[in-house]
Amino acid sequence: MSTTNGMIGKSVKRVEDKRFITGKGRYTDDIVLPLQTHASFVRSPYAHANISGIDLEVAKTMPGVIAIYTGADVAAINGVPCGWQVNFKNGDTMKEPKHPLLADGKVRHVGDPIVVVIAETAALAKDAAQMVMVDYEELPVVINAAEAVKTGAPLVHEDVPNNICYDWALGNPIAEVDQAMEEAAHITTLEFVNQRLVANPIEPRSYNAFYDEANEKYTLYTSTQSPHLIRLLLSTFVLGIPEHKLRIVGPDVGGGFGSKGDHYAEEAVLTWASKNINRPVKWTAERSESFISDVHGRDHVTKAEMGFDAEGKILALRVKTYANLGAYLGTFGPAVPTYLYGTLMQGLYTTPKINVDVTGVFTNTTTVDAYRGAGRPEATYLLERLMDLAALEMGKDPAALRMKNFVPPFDGVNQPGYQTQVALLYDSGNYQGVLEKGLKMLGYEDFRRKQLESAQNGTLLGVGFSTYIEACGLAPSALAGALGARAGLYEMGQVRVQPTGKVSVYTGSHAHGQGHETTFAQIVASKLGIPIADIEIVHGDSDSMAFGMGTYGSRSLAVGGTAIVKSIEKIIEKGKKIAAHRLEANADDLEFDQGKFTVKGTDKSISFGDVALTAYVPHIYPADLEPGLDFTSFYDPANFTYPFGCHIAVVEVEKDTGKVALQRFIAVDDVGNIINPMIVEGQIHGGVAQGIGQALFEGAEYDSNGQLTNATYMDYCMPRADDFPMFETANQITPCPHNPLGVKGAGEAGTIGSTPAVVNAVINALWSGGHQVKDIRMPLTSERVWRAMQAPVNE
Amino acid sequence: MQIRVKVNGIDYIHEVEPRLLLVHYLRDVLHLTGTHVGCDTSICGACTVQVNSKPTKSCTMFAVQADGCEILTVEGLAPNGELHVLQEGFKEMHGLQCGFCTPGILMTMTDYLKHNPEPSEEDIRHALKGHLCRCTGYQNIVKSVQYAAAKIANKEEVPA
Ligand code: FES
Ligand code: FES
Repeated sequence: MSTTNGMIGKSVKRVEDKRFITGKGRYTDDIVLPLQTHASFVRSPYAHANISGIDLEVAKTMPGVIAIYTGADVAAINGVPCGWQVNFKNGDTMKEPKHPLLADGKVRHVGDPIVVVIAETAALAKDAAQMVMVDYEELPVVINAAEAVKTGAPLVHEDVPNNICYDWALGNPIAEVDQAMEEAAHITTLEFVNQRLVANPIEPRSYNAFYDEANEKYTLYTSTQSPHLIRLLLSTFVLGIPEHKLRIVGPDVGGGFGSKGDHYAEEAVLTWASKNINRPVKWTAERSESFISDVHGRDHVTKAEMGFDAEGKILALRVKTYANLGAYLGTFGPAVPTYLYGTLMQGLYTTPKINVDVTGVFTNTTTVDAYRGAGRPEATYLLERLMDLAALEMGKDPAALRMKNFVPPFDGVNQPGYQTQVALLYDSGNYQGVLEKGLKMLGYEDFRRKQLESAQNGTLLGVGFSTYIEACGLAPSALAGALGARAGLYEMGQVRVQPTGKVSVYTGSHAHGQGHETTFAQIVASKLGIPIADIEIVHGDSDSMAFGMGTYGSRSLAVGGTAIVKSIEKIIEKGKKIAAHRLEANADDLEFDQGKFTVKGTDKSISFGDVALTAYVPHIYPADLEPGLDFTSFYDPANFTYPFGCHIAVVEVEKDTGKVALQRFIAVDDVGNIINPMIVEGQIHGGVAQGIGQALFEGAEYDSNGQLTNATYMDYCMPRADDFPMFETANQITPCPHNPLGVKGAGEAGTIGSTPAVVNAVINALWSGGHQVKDIRMPLTSERVWRAMQAPVNE
Repeated sequence: MQIRVKVNGIDYIHEVEPRLLLVHYLRDVLHLTGTHVGCDTSICGACTVQVNSKPTKSCTMFAVQADGCEILTVEGLAPNGELHVLQEGFKEMHGLQCGFCTPGILMTMTDYLKHNPEPSEEDIRHALKGHLCRCTGYQNIVKSVQYAAAKIANKEEVPA
């Protein structure tokens, strides 16, 4: 289709910034409703216990208390639903024990909510909550997924044998993979833990619910990534109220990173309670509460083996993973270590035989679900650690080893997509390109020379590579459905042209830092030839949008953006009919460019604004055409999108202390076409920082009693400004062949690529000093690195 | 207890509970919701305001301790609608994504620039140590501060 006014590909400054930099953002906790009340939750201090009694007598008499509810009050209500079903290898459906809104006589992790106290102020609610007396009978605890499946391990749910939610496999038959491994000249084996992380958006979760008695309608303000998804789950699956009698508003949201994609018990409890007390009720998590009640990410125990022939060609990959799902299933929980992990095991390589086997396991820990990247960082970590380690073990160059095994370039148009052994069809790629660019930015040969010299002076310098691919743009509904998704994964985009030619766009995507109000406006401005100032992007209110699937899995631009483009196409098509009538021409003879409908080859034209006005004041108007200029489209993608890239880290390891200094970080990402380079770069920075955070700083640590021992910012090491050098970023552009914008998605790339690059760099530094260490458990604190160096040196 | 404070140039007298934190006074009593709460251990810096011109974590101070003080919050940074040069820097250099950490960082760094008009990259990173941002990876925050410093060096007055 036609036109651009230079708006696409330009670093337009964000239109949303003004309200945030002047303190006028409106986050959920900022919203105060008339007659507002406040809630506080009593949570389990034990990881596993029977509740033998709850005494509310004192709490009830505390000042300002309005209502107190326990599990018994909500027992008749359905539990928190799971949005994705994964089957056992034998076809049985996964085990899906009820996730009660408030504990049903038993608590299964520290932080499990038991009682909610509602009072006039947050402080009074907390005072009263502290006077709730709960009697516990402690039960044995299981924390580690690989331990939890052993016979005799404590059961998190009595009706789930061996705590196994599912066992699942993907790829080639295991016998074929075993056979290929037999023929390998070299096998690189890695047994490792991909540690548990806490997403930690700086805005804690917050909800505010009220019930409008006259209209019998509930409203929930929620710090969510997916308002409509919450509406569907909460109305239909939990509370059993009609969908149109529940309005969900996701106002400004202070970061999500996956942890605000889930539907949470607190949302349901507050919404339900607001009707009982007939007043609005608000709850905002304290940070120590967020740590134990927000869904966590990662937490895999894995053994991976990669077989090579004598020349270094990959022959086979065999993977066994125990994935910790926590005490209950998250909204996407079962899918993350399977369909978002196993399916990525091809990586960028031509590996002919792959088998990945995953056991999803319940433990007495906080629920594990999507955290930025969700499954794909875990897959990338596995593959890219294996590649660098294999290169070290075989004495080959890690870049050359990758080049040898890359799938050759294909654009998805003239060359077909690449069919993997693990169910996906890659859309387009040029994997050599990003690695070459990264090596150039690094100055590879110079670096190797410097590394040798440094080693002679006793300085441990290391370089680590990671060449990654991710499946984004979630997702083709039919495929997702076949893989167990219980919802469609399309997106909605409505373009409403107002009579004066101003444009309101309603999107089902949801921004919580991604800058949709700018990027989407750029698309509309470009396609309609109007200024950005004439466009508003509206999101986050289930009463305003037809529908929406929300924002996660780097899907907003590729899926949500395309839905908007489809609606614009319809606007232009109808506009042509109106313009043709006004210009007394044939609609087929019209072209639309730079905001004008013109009769081809003439100077007869009419502006977009005039056409809009005509549509709403249809005095001179085609007889067979409806008035108005407003279209809604739903876009269901034909395939996932597959961004890819190359990340390179350079580190120096201090010999005496094991301290890692990150000297350089290079990221070459190919996210397809780019609408706003500034915003894409910002997404990469943030993602890279989180990925480096996993490698060097972060990790949720449970003790054997199931206490999260670092559940505050004092103890959980969040990366800070002085932990990083300036990241060196660049792009390569291989357009996505199956969406009209040619975009692939950029939200998770940084997190997916960066972690293994950093760990590989540290391992490489140690090898350069003769310490032939295969693995160090993340995060690579100086203590862990120092201990690894104490092993005997191989000269 | 009764407190008298001046916030963003306006005088207030309020009766408050002794245990009320300054941040809750600003947010719940004065409805100045630009100051945020991100933690309960005085680590994240989202709650930073200036008390008698000193950047202060308002989650770590009782409202009664602010009795008699002058307080500046993010809402007071651009009193006449004209952005502070650092606010401008954040917009120009994409120094924010979700914006939740931003007000606190603005309150620390506007003060910092007054005393350190020509900071190095390292200085800026060090000065940001009391703040957590989960979105930006800090790089563009550093650049936003550099932008403001450069503008100030070009002899533009730093307001506030
Ligand atoms: S809320 Fe004050 S430092 Fe985090
Ligand atoms: S911009 Fe989101 S936390 Fe800093």
